[in-house]
Amino acid sequence: MKYVDVEKIKKDFPILNVKPHGKKLIYLDNAATTQKPIEVIKAMDKYYEELNANVYRSPHYLSALSTQAYEEARERVKKFINAKREESIIFTRNTTESINFIAYTWGMKYINEGDEIILTIAEHHSNMLPWQMVAEAKKARLKYVHLDENFRLSMKDFKEKMSDKVKLVAVQHMSNVLGIINPVEEITHIAHKYGAKVLIDGAQSVPHMLIDVQKIGCDFFAFSGHKMLGPMGIGVLYIKEDLLSDVPPFLRGGEMIDEVFEDRATFAPPPLKFEAGTPNVKGACVLVSAIDYIEKIGLSNIHNHEGELLEYGLQKMKELDFVKLYGPKDAKERGGLISFNVEGVHPHDVATILDEEGIAVRSGHHCCLPLMRYLGVPATVRASFYLYNDFDDIDALVEGLKKVRKWFK
Amino acid sequence: MSDLNQLYSEVIMEHYENSPHEKELKDATHKERGYNPLCGDNITLYLKMNGDIIEDASFTGHGCAISQASTSMMIDLIKGKDKKEALRLVQKFIDMIHKKDVNLDELGDAQVLQGVSDFPARVKCALLAWKTLQEIL
Repeated sequence: MKYVDVEKIKKDFPILNVKPHGKKLIYLDNAATTQKPIEVIKAMDKYYEELNANVYRSPHYLSALSTQAYEEARERVKKFINAKREESIIFTRNTTESINFIAYTWGMKYINEGDEIILTIAEHHSNMLPWQMVAEAKKARLKYVHLDENFRLSMKDFKEKMSDKVKLVAVQHMSNVLGIINPVEEITHIAHKYGAKVLIDGAQSVPHMLIDVQKIGCDFFAFSGHKMLGPMGIGVLYIKEDLLSDVPPFLRGGEMIDEVFEDRATFAPPPLKFEAGTPNVKGACVLVSAIDYIEKIGLSNIHNHEGELLEYGLQKMKELDFVKLYGPKDAKERGGLISFNVEGVHPHDVATILDEEGIAVRSGHHCCLPLMRYLGVPATVRASFYLYNDFDDIDALVEGLKKVRKWFK
Repeated sequence: MSDLNQLYSEVIMEHYENSPHEKELKDATHKERGYNPLCGDNITLYLKMNGDIIEDASFTGHGCAISQASTSMMIDLIKGKDKKEALRLVQKFIDMIHKKDVNLDELGDAQVLQGVSDFPARVKCALLAWKTLQEIL
């Protein structure tokens, strides 16, 4: 393992000592959620032991501390994804809420009858259902970009579907099923030529690669804290600076106002106008600890490490003639996850047998039913990697799959 | 016996791989889809009712070994029974899966699915057909 010191990293994750069914835990469900290092776990207590108070409101010592910590978190996230301005960083619960936020606000205001919204067939339901809602309410049309023969997004199909009617392109940065990394910079460039806005679902990319929202040029970018070593319940929505006044508030209530009368209100400047009610201050503060940890290891090291795991995993699994792999055959421009099926065995049976060996994988449709239909399978098994995985974990998975074959001959 | 031996016992695998009931029932009087959106198990249950008697039953669909075997075993059990008796047996099965003490002998092959109660993630797979039958009756 030349890019990261996995042995050392494993020691930072107490949960890896859990022994499922008496076996060593092999955690390969990182695309669903990642485990947390001790620094992150301690930061959760630290917030409530040393900082807790409501933000912005009260003129006392603790409130000043928590407000400062919360704003520092915003600043830190801004740097992490290289946004231009802090106001562009809005804290939400997760990617799903970030995307719904834009659908209910910008989408419901600016998408009209006859307009088109472009999605890809590989989208997660969370970047599909909000747009179905907008399309239905506003009589707009959804168009899906398909994949090429090597499971990559067909840029040819995308270009053919682009037109002046398209108001929004909503696309995942990395697929949680196929692992493909989409050329979001090129997609944004093309969409902008037609005057369309671009939303990127970064749930699967942010934990694993350097993100530069200015370089991508997108208008909206969404991601979750819990898939990048942070706690559940904190997510981020990035809104490009020139759209901050166009996007209406999502939720209305406390701490997002300028002036309130009996029949109307005016709103605070962004980001406050987008964060009604007491926010998840602890979540934002702990997210900083997760970013600290990731940056200590280095995102490019993490990315390269996962690349090595992927290459090794693809190689090993190709040797199993009873396993069918989904996704591009080469490891290039692919994130660290492998979706597969064992011939003649339902993914849930595969996952149950692997679980008995201490191996945690996801089985099912991965919240991508249209993609499953497109691939012609009811479900798949998915092994997804992170910085604490090593070749031994993949070897264990391969041995586990041989056991599956023994049970279902 | 290991837990997996209990989950994937010979009886279960036999029902999964060679169920005589896996077919469409042309003269069915009732047809109901059972679907588990979380894992994608998908069955269609066919019944041929003669008054209150279940004269014939079958299923089609796809899913894991547990959901498919459980469906097949259920059909074994309820064929020829009247509605009231079938519903009583369904409840018995549901109780067994939820670890309630019941007399298992009446459940026929389906009693081997008792092991599923130790696999919380798979309980829904085992119950799918039985809940679907409850819906129909």
